[in-house]
Amino acid sequence: MLELKNLYMTVNDENGPAKEIIRGINLLFEKGKVYAITGPNGGGKTSIAKLVMGIFSPSSGGIYLNGEDITQLSISERAHRGISYAFQQPPRFKGLTIEDLIKIARPGIDQLALRGTMRDVGLCPEDYLSRDVGPGLSGGEVKRVEIAQVLARGAEVTIFDEPEAGVDLWTIQKLIGILYSKFKDNPDALTIIITHNENILRICDEIIVIANGMVEARGSREEVWPLIKDDVECKMKEQCGELLTYEI
Amino acid sequence: MKFDNLSLDLLNTISDLAQIPDGAVNIRVNGEAVVRNSSALVTISPRDDGRGFYLEVKPGTRETIHVPVLITKAGIKETVYNTFNIGENSDVTIIAGCGIHNPSHSDSKHDGVHEFVVGAGARLRYVEKHLGQGSGQGKRIMNPSTKITLHRGASAELEMTQIKGVDDAYRSTVAYIEDQANLKIVERLMTEGNQTAESDVQINIVGKGGSGQIISRSVARDKSVQVFRAALLGQAECNGHVECDSIIMDKARISSIPQLVAEDSEAVLTHEAAIGKIAGEQLVKLMSLGLMEQEAIDIIIDGFLR
Ligand SMILES: Nc1ncnc2c1ncn2[C@@H]1O[C@H](COP(=O)(O)OP(=O)(O)OP(=O)(O)O)[C@@H](O)[C@H]1O
Ligand SMILES: [Mg+2]
Repeated sequence: MLELKNLYMTVNDENGPAKEIIRGINLLFEKGKVYAITGPNGGGKTSIAKLVMGIFSPSSGGIYLNGEDITQLSISERAHRGISYAFQQPPRFKGLTIEDLIKIARPGIDQLALRGTMRDVGLCPEDYLSRDVGPGLSGGEVKRVEIAQVLARGAEVTIFDEPEAGVDLWTIQKLIGILYSKFKDNPDALTIIITHNENILRICDEIIVIANGMVEARGSREEVWPLIKDDVECKMKEQCGELLTYEI
Repeated sequence: MKFDNLSLDLLNTISDLAQIPDGAVNIRVNGEAVVRNSSALVTISPRDDGRGFYLEVKPGTRETIHVPVLITKAGIKETVYNTFNIGENSDVTIIAGCGIHNPSHSDSKHDGVHEFVVGAGARLRYVEKHLGQGSGQGKRIMNPSTKITLHRGASAELEMTQIKGVDDAYRSTVAYIEDQANLKIVERLMTEGNQTAESDVQINIVGKGGSGQIISRSVARDKSVQVFRAALLGQAECNGHVECDSIIMDKARISSIPQLVAEDSEAVLTHEAAIGKIAGEQLVKLMSLGLMEQEAIDIIIDGFLR
């Protein structure tokens, strides 16, 4: 169980006043469930994930994993406690290969599992394992390598940050299948998927909408969609000048 | 010839040798050539003054040649002159390297002056690793100076690595590239503590269709100082590229000075230089996979210098 209690976070913008980007988040995540976090760009989704991983520190509030207060723990300590995060924009590394990274993610992983993980994200192990995670990989490839690391970890709490971003349609479909088979109804896994993808939303048990650093809505797909539908359509109208239908 | 464990260890690190290899080999220990074997196609003969050798590769030869240098006694200071003549159309790998173990108060120094002539159509791969060890106050100093000429259609790749523990280094490399010849220099450098390293690379592309490339990766930690000058001169229709990439840490100082000089309107010369600290995102990423901060730093640096 993962619990976020009354979280607030303020950042110092380089060229502006301090800005509160997380404003009183209270969320409880249970093991065995798959959660979706969605909502407008800049709403605070990635910030919440980084708070959980320990990359950001809250200005107040606490984070609890299975009852233990982990708010003050370092990133590495949280990783060892079983938290895993697939970055929205993963960094590249000069001189580290895909195999190196997956082996760091999962020390002692055997060749069979390593290759299996590569195939899960649609990367042919023969072609890719020895390639540098450097400037020579495409954006979508880097993203898939990122997902592979997190799959290899097999942590208790796994957060995916827009796994669909930059990934081609075929791989997304495959990926949704993998997410479904590995995490759906898995009593040992607590999964949070930050996403804007309707098909990913479909496989989640619960949807949480984050906007302006706050929880705007939460519930099952059936419950949440009517609440945000008007908003989404209204925004689309604003941006696109016409009403697009958006159904899930 | 029997080596003590310390020498074997050094030998292994700088040239991947666990024993005396087949083929042409010259192993210099504490100022003397202790092993010198020529092969059917590669002759190694001493200079008259004993300070170095002439190495002659017959045309068409394919062979791997080892010429490592060790200094394990305190206070040895030497300058060694080696000449390599690579015959036409041969294809050779030369594994060099210098390891200094100095546990004493007095400085140890090896200045290797190397001259290569690579014959028409020949291919050379030259691998040189420099390593310093030992806990004494005495410095470990290496000043390699390399001159290389590539004749028509020849190609060479020089991989020069200063792994660790060299207190003071001035490295000078000068190259002349003739028609259709091609040279790639890869330099990797790591300094820490109060070490200083200065590297001067000058590539002259004198022939039509020649190409030259300098790739430098370096890491400077603590209070170490690095100066890197890379000059490309294009005197004909040619291609040249310089790439200097450095990670700076702690209180270190790095100067990176690329220079391009074109004397022909068909010369295409480019450079990229970047100095920066380890990206925070990289550290955070590796820590999120369970590494401690220091482990993550070491892995990033090792990868970068690989
Ligand atoms: N390090 C930072 N410094 C300053 N502002 C930041 C920082 N990180 C995030 N922000 C701001 O906080 C807000 C929330 O950002 P966040 O990345 O959490 O949004 P998001 O919901 O993940 O958006 P997206 O859908 O675009 O990924 C944004 O306005 C962003 O500009
Ligand atoms: Mg985001």
